[in-house]
Amino acid sequence: MATEQREISVSEFFTKNRHLLGFDSPTKALLTTIKEAVDNSLDACEEAGILPELRVEIHTVGENRYRVMVEDNGPGIVKEQIPRIFGKLLYGSKFHRLRQSRGQQGIGISAAGMYGQLTTGRPVVIESRANRRRPAHHYELVIDTVRNEPVIKKEREAEWPDKAHGTRVEIELEGIYKKGRHGVESYLRQTALANPHVSLEYLAPGETEPMVFPRAIQELPAEALAIKPHPYGVEVGMLMRMLKDTKSRQLKGFFQSEFSRVGPKAALSIIEPSGLQPTTSPRRVSPEKAEKLIEGIRHTKIPSPPTNCLSPIGEEQLVAGLQQQIEADFYAAVTRHPSVYRGNPFQVEVGLAYGGKLPADELITLLRYANRVPLQYQAGACAITRSVVTTKWKSYGLQQSRGALPTGPMLLMVHLASVWVPFTSESKEAIAGYDEIIKELRLALQEIGRKLARHIRRGQRERDAAKKRAYIERYIPHIGVALQEILDLSDRQEKKLVATLTDTMYRSRKV
Amino acid sequence: MAQKKVVRLITREAKGIHDKILARKSPSLKMPVRSLANVSYRPAKGYFQLKGKKKERTLSVGTVKTFAQSLRMMSLCKQLVETDDIATKREAYYVSKNWDEARFNEQSESDAVMDDVEALFGVNREQLGFIPEEKGGEVAGQLIVIDHDRETGEELRIDCTRFGSGAYSIPSKVEDLGFETDAKFILAIETAGMFQRLVKHSWWRKTNSILISMGGVPTRACRRFIRRLSDAKKLPVYVFVDGDPYGYGNIYRTLKVGSGNAAHLNEFFCVPQARFLGVTPQDIIDYDLPTHPLKEVDIKRAKDSLKNDPFIQHHKPWQKAIQQLIKMGVRVEQQALAKHGLNYVMEEYLPNKLANTKAFLP
Repeated sequence: MATEQREISVSEFFTKNRHLLGFDSPTKALLTTIKEAVDNSLDACEEAGILPELRVEIHTVGENRYRVMVEDNGPGIVKEQIPRIFGKLLYGSKFHRLRQSRGQQGIGISAAGMYGQLTTGRPVVIESRANRRRPAHHYELVIDTVRNEPVIKKEREAEWPDKAHGTRVEIELEGIYKKGRHGVESYLRQTALANPHVSLEYLAPGETEPMVFPRAIQELPAEALAIKPHPYGVEVGMLMRMLKDTKSRQLKGFFQSEFSRVGPKAALSIIEPSGLQPTTSPRRVSPEKAEKLIEGIRHTKIPSPPTNCLSPIGEEQLVAGLQQQIEADFYAAVTRHPSVYRGNPFQVEVGLAYGGKLPADELITLLRYANRVPLQYQAGACAITRSVVTTKWKSYGLQQSRGALPTGPMLLMVHLASVWVPFTSESKEAIAGYDEIIKELRLALQEIGRKLARHIRRGQRERDAAKKRAYIERYIPHIGVALQEILDLSDRQEKKLVATLTDTMYRSRKV
Repeated sequence: MAQKKVVRLITREAKGIHDKILARKSPSLKMPVRSLANVSYRPAKGYFQLKGKKKERTLSVGTVKTFAQSLRMMSLCKQLVETDDIATKREAYYVSKNWDEARFNEQSESDAVMDDVEALFGVNREQLGFIPEEKGGEVAGQLIVIDHDRETGEELRIDCTRFGSGAYSIPSKVEDLGFETDAKFILAIETAGMFQRLVKHSWWRKTNSILISMGGVPTRACRRFIRRLSDAKKLPVYVFVDGDPYGYGNIYRTLKVGSGNAAHLNEFFCVPQARFLGVTPQDIIDYDLPTHPLKEVDIKRAKDSLKNDPFIQHHKPWQKAIQQLIKMGVRVEQQALAKHGLNYVMEEYLPNKLANTKAFLP
C-alpha cells in the first residue's frame, strides 16, 4: 500500500474549506474527528485481514476542549509514513484507485489533526506498531499550513507490552460534546450495527466504565478488490490526467490497460471518431481530442464493470447486527445484486427490525450508510431518505403521511456500497440521486416491504383468529338461550345446539 | 287472532334457524332493506311501498352479535305477546341490559334491531308488544273522540272543544277510536307554538276545523290518527309547517306518504289526502316574510331530496318549490308571520290561503 502513495499539491486547503469537510460547528468537529479516525482504523484492519477491535475515548480537558483517542489493532504504519499520513493534507492511498472503502479522499484524519492544531495549538499524537519484533513509534506532529508539510515536534520509541500491532491517534480539539441523534454515541452504535464483525469500546467524557458493543459475527467481510475505472464514468479532466500519467505508449494500449472492460475492439471503436491513430502517444492528445475520445466512449458499447470489487454487509450479517443491538419481533434484510451508475459499480442493501420494544406511534428510525459509514447529517438532501419517503409503506402495513417517513415500531437501515459513492458534498453526508441508484433503492425497499407485510399480515391473521374465537364464544350462547326460550327446548337440546353451532363456526373460514 | 299469528311467525323463524344449525348449515335472517333506496312512490295508492330488495343476515363471526340480539329480541316479543304485556322501546332497551354481552349499548341499537324484527315479520311493533314512548300529537277543535275505559269498557266521549287552553293527546294506539265531527277540515301544524296561538284564540271555532299539533315529524300514532279521522269523516287535511327543507322533505312527506325506514308499514301510517298549505317559498315573497339563510345541512337535505326522494321526484311542483328555495338561499319559520302582527296569521294568512285550496302543493 505504501508504494501506491503519492503527493497531491494542495496547501491550506483546509482553512478555506473546513465547512466542506465536516468541521463547520464545534459539535460536528468532535464527531467528524472520531469518525475519520474510526473509518481509517476499520479500513486498515480489514485490508490487513484483521478482525477490528477498537477503543474510542473522549476526555474533557477544559471548557469545550476535549482529547480524543482512537486505538485499533490494525496492521500499524511503517515509521517513515507516519508523518506524511497524519501531517499532510490530501495524502493517502485511496484517492487514485477505485475500491470500496470508508474514506475516499484521504482528507480526513490529517484535517482532524489540523483542526485540533488550529483550535488548541496542540500537536497530533500518534503511536503505531507495525511489527511485533520492533517497538512502537511515538510521534507528535504539527502541519506547516503554508507548505502542507508535516513538522515533527517529538519522536521516540514507545513500549507496547500487550499489543503486537496497531495504531493510536490522539487529537486535542475544541468542540462540544452532545448526546442524541447526531452524537458520538449514536454514531458508534450505528457503526457497530453495520459492522457486526467489529468489537467496539467507548469511554464517554466523565464516565469511568466504557460502553461495549460486542462483535456479532466472527468473519471479516469479503475483501473488496480495487478496479480500474470504467470508461462510462470518466470525464474529460480525469481522462486528460490519466493520459498524462499513463505508462502506455500508444492510445489503444492506454485504453486497454488503464480501463476495465476495454478490449482491442472497444479501444479502436473509442479512438475512431476522434481521427487519432491507435498508435498515437497518449501524452500528445489535446483537450479537444480528449473530448472527442469521450464522445467515442459514449458511442461504444462496453460491458459493465466487474462487480466483485464490492463488499456488501450481507443479509445474514445485517440481521445478526440488528439482533445483537435491537430488541424486536421481526428482522429482515435484503441485499440487491450489484448495479452500475456512470461506470461505477454499486450495491444497495436494506435491513429492518420491527416490533418488540420499538415505539409504535412514532416515525420509524431510518439509518443511512455509505460504505458501512453512518450518515448522520443532511437526511433531507439524501437520495436514501427520498426513496424511503416515496415508498408506499401503507401497502406494507405501516401508516404513512404524505411526504413523511412511515409510522410504526421499526428501525430501517439502508446501505449503499460503491467504489465511488456520489456524495452531494465533500462532507460526505448525503447521497446524490442518480437514476440507477434511486431505482435500486426503490426495488430494495419494496422487496423488504413485502417481507415486512408478510410478517404484519401474519400477526394480523393471528389477532383476527383470536378475535373470532372470542366473539364466537361470547355471543353463540345467546343464540342458544333465545332459541331455547322461543322453542321451549330442554337444556340438553340447547347444549347440543350451541356445541354444534360453535363447532360449525370454528370450521368456517369466513371471518 | 293477530297475537297467535305473531307467535306462529316467531316460532316458525326460530325453528328454521334451529334446524339449519343442527344441519350444520349457516342460518340466516332475511328482511327487507329499510331505506329510501328500497321504496317506490305509488301515486295511485298514495304511499311509499317496498320495492322488495331484501338483505340477508347470514350468521358469521361478523354478524354473530346482531344475530344473537335479533333472536333475543324475538324471544322478548314472544313473551310480551303471550302475556299480553307491552314494553316501550326504552324498556326493551333496558331489558337487554340483562343479556350480558349481548346487551345494547345505546337505545338506537335496540331500536334498529326492533325495526329489523318488525320488518322481518311484516307487522308493526304494536303487534309485537312494543309501544313508542313518544307523544303522539295533540288535538283541539270540533271533534269528539270515542274511546273506552280500560277497566270497565264503558264508552268515553272526549270533546276536543272542551280542553280550554289545553288539548287532547293522541294515544299510542288509535286503532279502536271512534269519531264524531262536523268540521270542514283538519289543519296539521308543525310547531306547538303556532298550535297554542290558534287554540288560544279558538280559531277552530271560527273556521269550524280540527287542529292537530305534530311537534316535528309526526309519530306513527299521529299519522294513523289523522288518516283514520280523515278517512272516516271525509275531511281534507291541510298541513302548515316551517318553510325549510326539513319541513317539506321530512315532516310533510312523512305525514303524506310515510318514511323510508318503516316502508313495510306505510300503508297504514300515511295520509295520502294531505295537501300542503304553507309556508311555501312563494309565500316568502308574497307576504314579505323575514328569513334566515339556509344552513349547509339544509342545502344538502334539499339537494338530497331532489335526487333521492321518490315522492319529490314524482311531483314537479315540489321540485320547483325546493329549487326556488335553494335559489333564494333562505328558510322561513311559521312564526315569521308575526312580523305583520301577532294575529296576522289567523286574520290574514290562513284565511287567504284557505280561500284557494286548489293552489296548495300536492
